[in-house]
Amino acid sequence: MSDLITQSAASLAAALAAGSVSSVEVTQAHLDRIAAVDGDVHAFLHINEAALDAAAAVDAQRAAGEQLGELAGVPIAIKDVLCTLGMPSTAGSRILEGWIPPYDATVVARLRAAGLPLLGKTNMDEFAMGSSTEFSAYGATHNPWDLDRIPGGSGGGSSAAVSAFEAPIALGSDTGGSIRQPAAVTGSVGMKPTYGGVSRYGAIALASSLDQVGPVSRTVLDAALVHDVIGGHDPRDSTSLTDQWPSFAAAARAGAAAESLKGLRVGVVKELDAPGFQAGVSQRFHETLRILEAAGAEIVEVSAPSFDYAVAAYYLILPAEASSNLAKFDSVRFGLRVNPPGGGTVEDVMAATREAGFGPEVKRRVILGTYALSAGYYDAYYGSAQKVRTLIQRDFASAFAQADVLVSPAAPTTAFKLGEKIEDPLAMYLNDVTTIPANLAGIPGMSIPMGLAPEDGLPVGIQLMAPAHEDARLYTLGATLERLLEEKWGGPLLSQAPALV
Amino acid sequence: MSESQPEHPEGITPDVVRHLAGLARIALTEDEVGKLTGELGIILASIEKVSEVATDDVPGTSHPIPLKNVYRPDVPGPTLTTEEALAGAPDSDGSRFRVTAILGEEQ
Repeated sequence: MSDLITQSAASLAAALAAGSVSSVEVTQAHLDRIAAVDGDVHAFLHINEAALDAAAAVDAQRAAGEQLGELAGVPIAIKDVLCTLGMPSTAGSRILEGWIPPYDATVVARLRAAGLPLLGKTNMDEFAMGSSTEFSAYGATHNPWDLDRIPGGSGGGSSAAVSAFEAPIALGSDTGGSIRQPAAVTGSVGMKPTYGGVSRYGAIALASSLDQVGPVSRTVLDAALVHDVIGGHDPRDSTSLTDQWPSFAAAARAGAAAESLKGLRVGVVKELDAPGFQAGVSQRFHETLRILEAAGAEIVEVSAPSFDYAVAAYYLILPAEASSNLAKFDSVRFGLRVNPPGGGTVEDVMAATREAGFGPEVKRRVILGTYALSAGYYDAYYGSAQKVRTLIQRDFASAFAQADVLVSPAAPTTAFKLGEKIEDPLAMYLNDVTTIPANLAGIPGMSIPMGLAPEDGLPVGIQLMAPAHEDARLYTLGATLERLLEEKWGGPLLSQAPALV
Repeated sequence: MSESQPEHPEGITPDVVRHLAGLARIALTEDEVGKLTGELGIILASIEKVSEVATDDVPGTSHPIPLKNVYRPDVPGPTLTTEEALAGAPDSDGSRFRVTAILGEEQ
């Protein structure tokens, strides 16, 4: 395995800045790794050979003495939910097969402007509906720790790409856990920023009041470096916050250097420390709490009783918003068109196209959302779910009055077997029980590795949550905890992953 | 609304699913209608508990971090060219999207 692919983005950036390696070399090493392992992992839907041109261009800029951003020359993978000029953008759906957008998502444009070569587009559950990538129209991604298992979802392509060393960093999107749950089950890092902290312009919408784009990486600092590039106000997204954000990389570096967590109040959410969770997940979680405590943190138990209703509210709000957002796939302006036998009106063509172009989970949720929004049911379902959302926000407000950060397992189990839950939608939905509350409230959440479950040797993640706008707090705490855990393990958790070749 | 409201005192029936599929413009097969009828019934039974805590005194939240009056300066910005806008279309005449008949014969 080339040394270049095992390095963090931060260390590659340092080597690039020092001139000891070129972006072409780094990018080529990752393309070689993709060629070697992606037949088994299937993290990518599209590989961008033009990444080498972008790498050569940034090498030339550096040679010419131009001022470059820290990550200039470090390649990155992009979740296929994001629009990219020159690369197909399918959101994992047959209905957008081969579609090349006429514009870049703002986050993609910012990465290009910062000199990051784009390695390609990563696999995902169709329109980000799923927790396993098994609902991708293009076949599932495989977990690099065990190829018979799921890499999480919906952003399992991005999490698998970084944990299989096919990319040092990637972008994801998180509507109910699609960045954090894949990070947890692959031993990588995933950050869902505060709602509105990162532009969603050019992100193919799933549920607009929940969706948030964020970084996927192997280290907390790398996530922070990506966040610094993609974050900040975008006038093209009307939900984009106008906050002046601090440097998240500086927050992570401060956390990595800190000697103590003294005085930090860490709240354990009682409802997310549940007896139904896998034993090894609970065990590692409680061991991690002891580590935090030993480093000076004060552990307090907090209660959020409304969280018991979070999954139910989420599976009303999400389908309702998705059924509306996905109405744009009408066989007229982009994507697939299927003419029914014998022809028909534009409406018949639309129905035939959506029947052929949408997979089973998308149909399930669109029909469910249509039901939840229909006259006579709107108040009982969508209206009630919005009230639950208020109760969850109140629970977070009272929890954050007692604690600076909240913690929970990032997922209730380790990676399950491919095929295990695909025929049981409810079981699949419960994977998101730990991550959904943060989306409903709009607060930031991060998942970092906290060890391997003893019973199956698979990664487990801890979720850190902070009040809205306090993303920097997660980078500081995350970097401190990452350092403490790696000292205990004797290195990064991913160094224990199988070699794959 | 021109569509009639579904009536289904007995819960999710195949007719309800067919009606919803019509509203959502998805030409489901009869196999799919049968499968979804069972699945939606189970899913709804597990999520309708939201009404237990959604009392009248709780206001709804539609947007996690509400913003008001989001405007941009009223100045023309770049737009897509006709060619770019039509590039991903299934069918066009070079300047417009081409679709099949809007109205059926009986309309």
